[in-house]
Amino acid sequence: MPVDPAVLEGRALTKVYRMGDVDVHALRGVDLSLYAGELIVLLGASGSGKSTLLNILGGLDIPTTGTVVYRDHDLTSATARELTRYRREHVGFVFQFYNLIPSLTARENVALVTEIADDPLSPEEALGLVGLGERMDHFPAQLSGGEQQRIAIARAVAKRPDLLLCDEPTGALDYQTGIVVLEVIEAVNRELGTTTAVITHNAPVAAMADRVVTLHDGRLTGEVRNERRVAAKELRW
Amino acid sequence: MVRALDRKLFRDLWRLKGQMLTIALVVAAGIAAFVTLRGTYTSIQEARATYYERQRFADVFARVERAPRSLLSRVERIPGVSRADGRVVEPAMVPLADVSEPLRAQISSAGPEELQVLSRLHLRDGRWLEPGRSDEVLVLESFATARKLRPGDRLPLVLNGKKRDVRVAGVAMSPEYVFAIAAGDISPDPERFAVMWMSEEALSATFRMEGAFNMVSVQLQPGASEPAVIDALDRLLEPYGGTGAYGIGWQPSNRAIDGELAQLQSFSTVLPVIFLLVASLLVNVVLSRLVHLQRPEIATLKALGYSDLEVGLHFFQLVIVILMLGAGVGVAVGGYFGDVMVDLYAVYFKFPNLEFRFDGASASAAVVVSVLAALVGAFSAVSSVVRLPPAEAMRPPAPARYRRSIVDLLGLGRAVGPSLHMIVRELQRRPLRTVFSSLAIAVSIGLMVIGGWYYDSIRDLVHTQFHEVMREDVAVAFIEARPARALSDLGHAPGVLAAEGIRVVPVRFRSGHAHRDGAIFGYPERGQLRQLRDRYARLAPLPPDGVVLTEVLAQILGVRPGDSIEVEIHEGQRGKRRLIVAGTVDDAMGLQGHMTAEALASFMNETPKVNLALLRIDPASSETLDARLKDMPYVASVTRRADLLARFESQSANMITTMAAIILLFAATITVGVVYNNARVALSIRARDLASLRVLGFTRGEISAILLGEMGLQVLFALPLGLVFGRWLVVGIASTVDPEQWRMPIVITDRSYAIALSVALIASVLSALLVRRRLDKLDLIGVLKTRE
Repeated sequence: MPVDPAVLEGRALTKVYRMGDVDVHALRGVDLSLYAGELIVLLGASGSGKSTLLNILGGLDIPTTGTVVYRDHDLTSATARELTRYRREHVGFVFQFYNLIPSLTARENVALVTEIADDPLSPEEALGLVGLGERMDHFPAQLSGGEQQRIAIARAVAKRPDLLLCDEPTGALDYQTGIVVLEVIEAVNRELGTTTAVITHNAPVAAMADRVVTLHDGRLTGEVRNERRVAAKELRW
Repeated sequence: MVRALDRKLFRDLWRLKGQMLTIALVVAAGIAAFVTLRGTYTSIQEARATYYERQRFADVFARVERAPRSLLSRVERIPGVSRADGRVVEPAMVPLADVSEPLRAQISSAGPEELQVLSRLHLRDGRWLEPGRSDEVLVLESFATARKLRPGDRLPLVLNGKKRDVRVAGVAMSPEYVFAIAAGDISPDPERFAVMWMSEEALSATFRMEGAFNMVSVQLQPGASEPAVIDALDRLLEPYGGTGAYGIGWQPSNRAIDGELAQLQSFSTVLPVIFLLVASLLVNVVLSRLVHLQRPEIATLKALGYSDLEVGLHFFQLVIVILMLGAGVGVAVGGYFGDVMVDLYAVYFKFPNLEFRFDGASASAAVVVSVLAALVGAFSAVSSVVRLPPAEAMRPPAPARYRRSIVDLLGLGRAVGPSLHMIVRELQRRPLRTVFSSLAIAVSIGLMVIGGWYYDSIRDLVHTQFHEVMREDVAVAFIEARPARALSDLGHAPGVLAAEGIRVVPVRFRSGHAHRDGAIFGYPERGQLRQLRDRYARLAPLPPDGVVLTEVLAQILGVRPGDSIEVEIHEGQRGKRRLIVAGTVDDAMGLQGHMTAEALASFMNETPKVNLALLRIDPASSETLDARLKDMPYVASVTRRADLLARFESQSANMITTMAAIILLFAATITVGVVYNNARVALSIRARDLASLRVLGFTRGEISAILLGEMGLQVLFALPLGLVFGRWLVVGIASTVDPEQWRMPIVITDRSYAIALSVALIASVLSALLVRRRLDKLDLIGVLKTRE
């Protein structure tokens, strides 16, 4: 077992949505902890509840029942204001569809974060980290999907987050671009020591993790610790 | 450094520039209307206040037959009176050589300049009168300007039947004649109405009024009761032929200003409120859509750690930028129109320093109110989305719920195509937006109906007054009433085809405590040239006995047909008598009683007399007739109907055109703002659907029909509503016109309705075309690829 203490602990998490006239049970009682510095992959088919879990861990959503504790802070009883502070100070997000602001350039999208963070990287540093120092003044629409995702990663890490949460970061990308993006995530985890969680339905990605957790129909169905992390560039699918 | 979020703000603004601009223009129209009307109101009011104060304009006025100057000290002893001033005021005539008929004039006595007590003259040019000189006058500036008179010029003047030549010593303005209108006229005629002043000694001598006065004015002490002073004054003056004192509210010039101010005030409240409501609605519609479209961005910002407040403020800033833009334009345009309006008023109201004063405090208040109105519109749009947990905001919203529409319920489901279903179900899904949009368009149509009515009612009034009521070519007023046979003199004059006489008796109508000053008109039997008509020019019956009162007058007096009223006669032997109200008539202006000549003569205890002769003349011998009239010493004034008409039309034309243009412009702004923004929002909501339909093989025309059909139905719904609303507004606005002076006919021609509808339709079609262009450029692949 790792000696590092848990950074984030989720206990007995459930989540029920109302979509239109239908109740959707996205999580049906999940326990999960994230440990400092690790890279964890959450594996699951679409609809397994993994995005819901990530959103709850990242303070984007609150569970219907259960608790989430970040270090000493109980996020389940946190106010909207406290959740905002949690995201602002500790969490970096990467989404499947990048979620860049289309009316802002690459640099400005990153600046959105650096302007409100305490001790951020500069937008230029962050973009350099993802290898996009050259394309800083392009608008999202002028960039490829992989480039957009790398900007999203730069934006997520620019605040030097404690947690980097990536929701299907390669979901909208082709194989080669996907590998580049995973390499960037890997580098961030290694070089900055950021606790990183990657959600994917793409099983081979699991090989790059310290730990792999499998979700099915809102429940944790398996947890595996990899002996050895495979470098992102060696992944094949 | 510009923050990234602010950059987003400006880029959003730029991307939505069409919508932002149209909303800003609606705001601008509201602020402009306010700045113009309110500024005009304040300008006139302040000009009046300072002018009255500086010239020490009196508070209470009374006419007497003749009272000794010694009476003034008794007037000053009335509790509440601080000062009193007595003058001689008499009618006169100015028979200018190059003008066919003598001009009407009013001449007042004036003491030495430094001893002017109340209602002091403001000398503009030349010098003051030399005491005792009977050949010098001061003339009112508006008359001097109209007749190009300068100090030193000479004028013929008929005073008390005697003609003499006088010299213009100076040109003056007077607070008493800001709005200088001759008795019985409906608008000022500075060319034909001369107001003059002559030295007191000279004028008194001419009218045998030495040591006496026939007009007294009084200044009240602060806090004094006007009615109490009027009562006391009436009692004091009665033995001297007092015709009843009246307060400043009834002073003719001041009353005209009051009437105009009241209208400006109501306009300056109603119009901006309408515009701000529409702007608030538009902000809500557009922002709701924008916020909806930006759900993922909002969620991202929140995921990045921006708080609800920061995100909310971001959208509010957007609104505030639009508002500031609108307010800036509005203040500038309002200032410009304010100048125009005040210039128009300056034609009627003669103040020494009437100029448009930008009312900064009110304008700032208007801007603040419009910001609040828009923020109210923005609040509901923004708050719901901003409050969503970011994860929820990131998911696409649940599919909009549509229901079976009224078309299905009517069993027409099969009969109509899918396009109509889409249109009707969309309208039905957002009933409030549909209703409010239609209402806003209806409001703009309503405003245009007001503009049309403004024009129509004055046309109608002109027609009633100058074609139906006045059927004579020339009206000749006598200095005093003459036996009816005097008419035969005129009837035999060269070129006169027909002559009729009217008896006009100035009176005070009284019933209980209510009283009003006016006149009773006596009409000859079978007279053709003037008949009793209501404001819609319909002939009204004249019973053989009793008096027919103006409806408003009857209401003021609280009497009905069959009741009796007291009538104080303000002419000749005077006295009070009772008279039976035989009926009422809804005539167009003033407060009158109408009787048959016979009934009036018997009421007056006199053999039938006339003081107004109405002539039909042969235009060919008009000049010979003029010469004859000039020689008749008992003629006080000669008025040609055609001249009156031409002057009225030329004066009112400017005002009407300006007002109508302003209203039209503003109303079109609303229509464009509403239709364009709705269409853009509808396009944004429908883009995916429409692109899908295009992929399925629908033509551009067919998808345009779906989108624009929605707008079309809203506009269609608004059209009848607008006309009804317009008429309703007209009735409201007509009621702000002082009913004791005017009863504006509620006449709206089909033409005006048609113009209102056409402008709304044209503005709608233009807006639709703008949106249609975007529809043609719809990116089929792109739209389908992106998620909602």
